[in-house]
Amino acid sequence: MSDHRPPGTFSSAWLLVRKDLAIEFRTRTAFLSALVFAVLALTIFYFTWDESVVSPNDRAPGVLWVVLTFSALLGLQRSFGLEEHDRGIDALLVSPISRESIYLGKAIGNLIFLCAIQLVAIPSLVLFYNMPVGRPLFLVSGIVFLAMVGIVAVGTLFSAMAVNTRLAELLLPMLSLPFFVPILMNASQAAARVFAGRPVAEVGHLLKLLVAFDLVFIFACTLAFSFTLEE
Amino acid sequence: MTSATQRHDSAATAAAKPVLDWFFALAALAVVGVYIRAIYFTPLEARQGAAQKIYYIHVPSAIASYCAVTITALASIVFLWLHDERADRLAEASAEVGLIFMSMVLVTGPLWAHNQWGAWWVWWDLRLTLSLFLWFLIVGYLVLRGAIEEPAMRGRYSAVLAVLAALLIPFIHLSVYFSAAHMHPDPIVLQPSKPKLPPEMLLTFLLGIGAFTWLCLALIRSRYRLGVLRDEVALLEAEHASR
Repeated sequence: MSDHRPPGTFSSAWLLVRKDLAIEFRTRTAFLSALVFAVLALTIFYFTWDESVVSPNDRAPGVLWVVLTFSALLGLQRSFGLEEHDRGIDALLVSPISRESIYLGKAIGNLIFLCAIQLVAIPSLVLFYNMPVGRPLFLVSGIVFLAMVGIVAVGTLFSAMAVNTRLAELLLPMLSLPFFVPILMNASQAAARVFAGRPVAEVGHLLKLLVAFDLVFIFACTLAFSFTLEE
Repeated sequence: MTSATQRHDSAATAAAKPVLDWFFALAALAVVGVYIRAIYFTPLEARQGAAQKIYYIHVPSAIASYCAVTITALASIVFLWLHDERADRLAEASAEVGLIFMSMVLVTGPLWAHNQWGAWWVWWDLRLTLSLFLWFLIVGYLVLRGAIEEPAMRGRYSAVLAVLAALLIPFIHLSVYFSAAHMHPDPIVLQPSKPKLPPEMLLTFLLGIGAFTWLCLALIRSRYRLGVLRDEVALLEAEHASR
């Protein structure tokens, strides 16, 4: 054992987050494409309903979750695709940081990436669909964050698995979408009710399930991640 | 070197066993027997008429598919723990068989529902939605297996997916439950106080479950043997290529 102890799980995870964000900040390719996709999809979906039948207010929550899911998939694909270039993943594996740190670092990086997209997408939704601002918007942002945590927990693991397969990024939606079902089902219903001005107590059980999903899958995917990297 | 030879020998003895044998033939005969009984020797249900007979294929297939996916999940845990390739092969075999039975459930269910509920599909029915997502998960599992060439990695990845899917099921269950209207008939058979199903129907139903579960196990066994043969061929091809 040397005197130089390797950094702890969280500090090495944070190093990885900074590395990924620095790459993203300098190139901005993935961020811009996901962002443009999100805003473009918001505007296109506006024209897919008959306005005289369904009011924009009623369809906005549905549109929000569709856009959010697919922009999340765009962000997640990039996560480990980045390491495939020049086999960067091998360099990560030989570095003195634990597998859990790699997973946590990637997951936190993805979470920041997705939240940054939502920071633009949600205000755009409010703008284009004339949604209420203030308390409902604040609560919906909280629900979106809870959903993002679950999506990132599962999606980061599957992103790591998918890049090593023949189908690469084509496989990611097929593996992750069934896992997003409980997240989307609960989060979208909770968000729709909150947007409609219903009390939070009415959606408490949905939010509890969402939090339980987040906790269970953060734990399970952190453990499972080391199985996907054995070399 | 020794381990390679041993593996070769054990694979060769296993290869001598036929893929389809008496166990499978009897299971197939049992299923045919149950259907002859269900169609000709079981009374019509008073309200639903002939449509109710789909129950003798729908429910046993559902039970068989749940058995198969449970075997996949358990075998995957064993594989992650012991790294035994037999567990991986069993997981693969039962996932494929589970997909067949789950497909049967998803075909027969809407046929009956259209007749009885007046709609092919009702999203907020718990068991229906759960079965559909289970079907998607099995398809994803098999596509993942098909997308990885290297056996050890294929085993690890698919086992991880199977274990996570097992964790996911209760969440989908609860999510639908929270927003559900229950459309499926209430339990009639597993009612401790008063079984309502007439004895002739109950017997056909139980025979159906027995025959389908047997067929499911027989198919898994056959598929497992096919997997042994496939690995044997891969081994021989690798040996041939290295010469």
